[in-house]
Amino acid sequence: MDILYNILIDPFVQMGSAPDFFLQVLWSGFVAGTLYSLIALGFVLIFKASGVFNFAQGIMVVFAALTLVGLYQAGVPAWIALFLTIGAMFALAWLVERIVLRNLVNQEEIILFMATIGLNYFLIGFGEYVFGGEPKPMIAKELGLPTGSTTFEPFGGIVIIEHLDVAAVIMAIVLVSALAIFFNKTRIGRALRAVADDHQAALSVGISLNQIWVIVWFAAGIVALATGIMWGAKSDVSFALQIVALKALPVLIIGGFTSIPGAIIGGLVIGFGEKLFEIYWGALLGSGVEGWFAYVIALIFLLFRPQGLFGEKIIERI
Amino acid sequence: MKKLLMTGVAFATLAGTTFTAAPVAHAEDTMFVPSLSYRTGPFASGGTPLANGFADYFNMLNARDGGIGGVKIVVEECETGYNAQKGVECYESTKGKGALVYNPYSTGITLQLIPKAPVDKIPVLSMGYGLSAAAIGEKFPWTFTYPTSYWSQLSSILKYIDAEGGIKGKKIGFIYLDVGYGKEPIPLLEQLAKDQGFEIALFPVGVKEMQNQGSQWLNVRKERPDYMVMWGWGAMNATAVKEAAKIKYPLDKFIGNWWSGAHADLRSVGEDGKGYKSANFSGIGTSFPALQDVIKHVVDKGGSQVASKDLVGDVLYNRGLFNSVLIAEGIRAAQAKTGKKVITASDLRDGFEAFDLNEARLKELGLEGFTAPIKGSCKDHEGAGSVFIQQWNGKDWEKISDPIAPDTAVVRPLLEAAADQYLSDKPEWQTQTCG
Repeated sequence: MDILYNILIDPFVQMGSAPDFFLQVLWSGFVAGTLYSLIALGFVLIFKASGVFNFAQGIMVVFAALTLVGLYQAGVPAWIALFLTIGAMFALAWLVERIVLRNLVNQEEIILFMATIGLNYFLIGFGEYVFGGEPKPMIAKELGLPTGSTTFEPFGGIVIIEHLDVAAVIMAIVLVSALAIFFNKTRIGRALRAVADDHQAALSVGISLNQIWVIVWFAAGIVALATGIMWGAKSDVSFALQIVALKALPVLIIGGFTSIPGAIIGGLVIGFGEKLFEIYWGALLGSGVEGWFAYVIALIFLLFRPQGLFGEKIIERI
Repeated sequence: MKKLLMTGVAFATLAGTTFTAAPVAHAEDTMFVPSLSYRTGPFASGGTPLANGFADYFNMLNARDGGIGGVKIVVEECETGYNAQKGVECYESTKGKGALVYNPYSTGITLQLIPKAPVDKIPVLSMGYGLSAAAIGEKFPWTFTYPTSYWSQLSSILKYIDAEGGIKGKKIGFIYLDVGYGKEPIPLLEQLAKDQGFEIALFPVGVKEMQNQGSQWLNVRKERPDYMVMWGWGAMNATAVKEAAKIKYPLDKFIGNWWSGAHADLRSVGEDGKGYKSANFSGIGTSFPALQDVIKHVVDKGGSQVASKDLVGDVLYNRGLFNSVLIAEGIRAAQAKTGKKVITASDLRDGFEAFDLNEARLKELGLEGFTAPIKGSCKDHEGAGSVFIQQWNGKDWEKISDPIAPDTAVVRPLLEAAADQYLSDKPEWQTQTCG
């Protein structure tokens, strides 16, 4: 009986008895959710264009952030370092297309996936060789990102809103909106979907596969940079950051691998879900449930809706 | 042209073969100390300075004194990435080269090597980490945890909290990396909570969540512990201090263990981390004559891998260096005991039980005040077990306490019980009888 009370009643009593804290949990879930969406977006872009899960997206986040910080530490002013990093991400996209993808046109998806695993390890080694393994502070202040916090006092309690979190949410919303418009309302966006469906068919109607891949990998690089700046500002820029990117996997399973709105909704479902579950139900399972909660939700989706909330249902005729 | 190319390839192959086959470390006038390092991966921020300090001290002894007792030390690194499987691979690939001792720098790797040590007759020195029960020398003849163990350290931290205003009736939050290392002191914490009348709240942080600790710190805000104790490592530490500051948790009530208080952890946090404390057992800075010798003989001559001279003297650099000091003292003790210049791993095991790193000896080594004295013995493989508390002042670490001895009366019986428990299903386990 106690168990039922702890599962079904007590969490809601806690929410009601400390509404300020409940608001804080919701805000934390919202911030985490938007950041997860941002990470997932990088995966979605590349999956839409090539049908491949880009295993290297996590290390691209680290690589972009380290390039930015490394240039600044080498004496380049922050904003110039930012533009040079964007240039570096373009160069990376061009090189990936030129050296890796061009040779794999019309190959099995698993081969492209294996190529991204190779790219992942190359970027880890290259990044560690160039930047070293030490963590570096993100140049948040130098880039004009706000610091500090504002404390509200609703219901006689306190809710702390970090200005950096607000900036992260705004950046994520702007970036996601811009990319959604770009890929849904422009000619390139339509070309991208054509490439995703069939490489050879896209080529036959005059779509430049190489150009599309460079654009998409560059867009994924920009998303990686934005993600690296925000996550790096919250903690540090280190190679451990690539692990955070794994959180995108359940987000993608929930939202669908090909849907930008899906990445947003999936991110928010995971963000809100894991925070609420950890805080109000986590103690029943020994705490630390956040690490696996997202994967359990993803597993449930795989059982009942394997294409995710917004993913395209794959029907193959045999 | 083709013939020339083929000849070139043949020579290159021959040269490669010759190079590979050349003896690395087992010449008569050298002794081989493998360094299981991790300069790559998520924990490279800690592994890099440790590996640098470890190698630089031996290189300094080689350059300044011609080695130890006239025998040069060869240090060879093997990259583990803080991964237990890779650590074992490193062990297997280097033990045949005449390895004197293994320093895994990872509790996960240490747990894998402890059963191998008595079989291969190579000691494991897990300096202040690994299996706490290995402090019982009678039960673990081949493993050493000098200068202390996790359990002893925790008892010292709790003593520090008690001295600040009493621990009875308080709530102690314990945030830890949710791996073998982080979970290691929990049995002691639970026991002491019962014995000393305080409450505990546990906050595990998964490796995937090291830089994503929002939930843990919301739980801290919910539980409102009087003190927070951290068993963190790598990127977890900086994130935890930032999150603590974010929820306005008083940082002077937040105490990390000795893996949670490095310069690498707090530099990026800067002023926001002011007040945060941690335990430590090795000196800070370069004011010690031994450190000056390292700079003079190794760093200034380009023989170190440190990215910048400013990093010499950092907490983790000095800890890696201290690890080498312990080995060097063990080697000297073994040389004195056996009369041999080139000792074996088995001799070094005996040396670890025989050395006496007292105040006078520390002064002779140019390390006066660097650490609390440690005396090796057969029974006690953790030494004196003292730690001091340091505090981050926004720019650097400052030592703020004298060495705090562990609560041996409480911890030792628990360590003995844990050692018995470990051995209970190992009837063939090799023990030793101490006189």
